[in-house]
Amino acid sequence: MADPMKIRATLQGDIADVRILMRHPMETGTRKTGTSVVPLHFIQSVIIQHNGRTVLDAQWSQAISRDPFLGLRVKGAKVGDKIAVTWIDNKDDKRTDEVAVMAGS
Amino acid sequence: MKYPRRSFLHFAGSAGAVFIAAATGLLKAGIAWAAPWNKTAFEAKSVAETLKGLGASNLIDSKDITITAPDIAENGAIVPVAVTSRIPNTQIIAIVAEKNPFPLAASFDILPGADSYVSTRLKMGQTSDVRAIVKADGKFYTASKEVKVTVGGCG
Repeated sequence: MADPMKIRATLQGDIADVRILMRHPMETGTRKTGTSVVPLHFIQSVIIQHNGRTVLDAQWSQAISRDPFLGLRVKGAKVGDKIAVTWIDNKDDKRTDEVAVMAGS
Repeated sequence: MKYPRRSFLHFAGSAGAVFIAAATGLLKAGIAWAAPWNKTAFEAKSVAETLKGLGASNLIDSKDITITAPDIAENGAIVPVAVTSRIPNTQIIAIVAEKNPFPLAASFDILPGADSYVSTRLKMGQTSDVRAIVKADGKFYTASKEVKVTVGGCG
């Protein structure tokens, strides 16, 4: 299974500021090592859920940078709410990580 | 067939649901609730083809879309781009790097519960306009910002 994502969700008023760092090579299929080309390998779908409800559904290309970053804002959030992030790549590998919303400073 | 009628209908019903999910490409993803990946739009090689793949037409230039990106990106492999849409009922935010080999970088379905704001990092092959396409209330809006790239990041 891939390396865990780093997710931080901090409350600002009633909006959770969510920042996610995923671990993935996001290969474009054009990079050469020696004489061979590294095949296309990238996250295609990202789903963000707030307490089990999908709030963002993203489709990505191989042009998203390696170790992808995603920032979003979730409305109507409270401390302790669950934010779950799932990614699925073009090889059908997937990973889900979850955090609780923390109080903002 | 020798199956009792009740269990045959149960099998047919569940097989039917599986067939529908597989046909729409959702089952392959292993998650029934993810939107299907828009192959036509992501494999488009021009901005015009990309817009067609997104079903976007009659684009309206909008000052209610803010693109936050550097004027000059030192490293084309990591270009931070954020898009904020102040257009009510924003449904989709798509990000296009016009001169990339495949211009469509990302498309975000903004569902109830999320602000119409996304932030990510793109690879850009060369200096280009970064264009945001926003779908709101069934209409399409757009804005763009030029990002100069000193070292290209696609290869």
